[in-house]
Amino acid sequence: MNAAASPAPAVTLRNRVSTALFRRPWLRAVLLLSAPGAWFVLIYLAALVLLFISALWSVEPFTGNLVHHWTLGNFETLIDRPVYRTIALRTIGIAAAVTVTDVVLALPFAFFAVRIAPRRLRGILFVAVLIPLWSSYLVRVYVWRLILSKDGVLNWALGQVGLGSLNLGYTNWAVWIVFSYIWLPFMVLPIWSAFERLPDSYIEASADLGARGLRTFRSVVFPLILPGIAAGSIFTFALTLGDFITPTLVGGSGSTFIGNVVYENVGVANNVPFAAAFATVPLIVMGLYLLLARRLGAFEAL
Amino acid sequence: MRLARIDWALGAVLMLLTVAASACGSSSSSTASSNLPTSIGAGEGQLNLVAWEGYAQPEWVKPFEKATGCVVHAKYAGSSDEMVTLMRQGGGSEYDMVSASGDASLRLIRGGDVAEMNVNLVPEWKNFIPQLQSPPHNTVNGKHYGISLQWGPNILLYNPKTVKPAPTSWSAIYSPTYRGQITVPNNPIQIADAALYLSKTKPSLGITDPYELTEEQLNAAGNLLKEQKPLIKKYWALASDEIELFKNGDVSIGAAWPYQQSTLLADKLPVKSLIPVEGATGWADTWMLAAHAKHPNCAYKWVNWVSSPRVQAEQAISYGETPANTKACAIMETISKGSCVVYHANAPSAYFNSIKFWKTPVPECGNGQNDCMDYSAWQQKWTEVTG
Repeated sequence: MNAAASPAPAVTLRNRVSTALFRRPWLRAVLLLSAPGAWFVLIYLAALVLLFISALWSVEPFTGNLVHHWTLGNFETLIDRPVYRTIALRTIGIAAAVTVTDVVLALPFAFFAVRIAPRRLRGILFVAVLIPLWSSYLVRVYVWRLILSKDGVLNWALGQVGLGSLNLGYTNWAVWIVFSYIWLPFMVLPIWSAFERLPDSYIEASADLGARGLRTFRSVVFPLILPGIAAGSIFTFALTLGDFITPTLVGGSGSTFIGNVVYENVGVANNVPFAAAFATVPLIVMGLYLLLARRLGAFEAL
Repeated sequence: MRLARIDWALGAVLMLLTVAASACGSSSSSTASSNLPTSIGAGEGQLNLVAWEGYAQPEWVKPFEKATGCVVHAKYAGSSDEMVTLMRQGGGSEYDMVSASGDASLRLIRGGDVAEMNVNLVPEWKNFIPQLQSPPHNTVNGKHYGISLQWGPNILLYNPKTVKPAPTSWSAIYSPTYRGQITVPNNPIQIADAALYLSKTKPSLGITDPYELTEEQLNAAGNLLKEQKPLIKKYWALASDEIELFKNGDVSIGAAWPYQQSTLLADKLPVKSLIPVEGATGWADTWMLAAHAKHPNCAYKWVNWVSSPRVQAEQAISYGETPANTKACAIMETISKGSCVVYHANAPSAYFNSIKFWKTPVPECGNGQNDCMDYSAWQQKWTEVTG
């Protein structure tokens, strides 16, 4: 097509298209969202649907082929065998413990950084929170393995000051410590921004009305940063719930997580249906948790 | 490392693949027996392997590529179960060969995933120790489904600084003396170790073969392992895990492969090992040809290459295991003096016979009855123990 010789029809076409788009706002929205929408539907939703469907299949034990008969057998195994209940409760329990620990650590830190620290120190603290995220997840977990092992840094330091030694390596305590460390930035950042949005005048007003520090915190500060805490807890809780690398690397003989069972069934035992059935457990737990978090207003703080 | 590459997205893709694979080509396991190749043709230029880590070292892969023109692509698997899964991916034509251990080989044969091979095309096969020419884990009804490679025992490894006196029995890892300092592999086949121990210590259970267990015997082994669990520091998944546990003083005794011992000794940790009085389990690996292999000529060239005395010797020393080819001993001595004895390459057949080699637990017991527990029952029992 020779565009230079006859520019008029090209302009008309452009005009026509832009007019059509201007008159139909829905068409603009469709064009804008179709690519990310297709991506979302295909990658996220289709995978989830497939997960639920394959959870209702089973595997022929010897040949490893999928049997496409609908069965609730996988869910029955999950409920009948106490070991899977133990694993699910352990995973949820440690995820909750990690979340509480991170709230306890992040609250005073973010409060100090936002409201007390001078501007320069604040910048340094912000970078300090982010720096661990620049290094590999695996490196950080392996470092903890070296710290907590029997002849590791921690026991060496304790021995130097004459405090004997701790037996933390390869236990659930180690899993708890490492998770709390790894996900801490994800708790600090939402609470940080919640503190930033808290107007100084509210605290002054509370003081003017005669409230002391603790009362101000309980009645003014805490309710206002609660959405930030809830937002942070979504990260720490969900990330712990789905992880299987940390329990593998620093956990001991009783540290199997839901993720470990799923991983072993998919990559090793070739029992995808059972893995899918077990993988629905954290999905359901997370769904309930998100409903609760929405009630606390977490999504306004994201 | 292996774990790092797995994430949710990959998991989803893997799941799609597996579903797609099983939807398309599943029930076409026709075992064409009579049309074995009678000669090795020209190489196809490529060879895709599923192997244990350390089985495709540049030391012997590079010269092979040069000599045959077959470019080797090796995918390392971490466990027998993973090997079986990989060989079934994409309708079973993605990989040409797998270095299967005895606990995977029968599953692959039964599943129709591997093809019969012509041993006459592998001249060195005649020099193998007699027990590995037609062993039951890769030869069914006189048909050879692969060429044996190397073998070795699962040993009791300990640190003599903390473990005194020197242990003589597997009871060292089942009794509370070394509570919190014990490590064993995280692998369902570990149940066989417990069964072997029970076959000697509780004869009333009537265990004759640690891989052929009735429900009662499997439960007894499971109970022993459950009692052992509080004594365990960690169930190791990778050989490097166990090496680190010993190095950092977290464990002082455990079930291991000779590979861990030689690595630790190289790092100047004076560990010792033994085959306890109850005997030991072990592995014997086989190179098996995929049923739908795309590069069969390169595959035959490869088994000839790795069966040759030189490569057998190189691999035995590099990995710390025993070669199948009896001619390898002399070459091992020229590479590293004394290595032939260290890796038992000239040991009498009594040594081989004292080891109970890994095989896939199947419902058929050796005595003609069908009341033995199959591998999926073992897997569930293992999850129950370690979970």
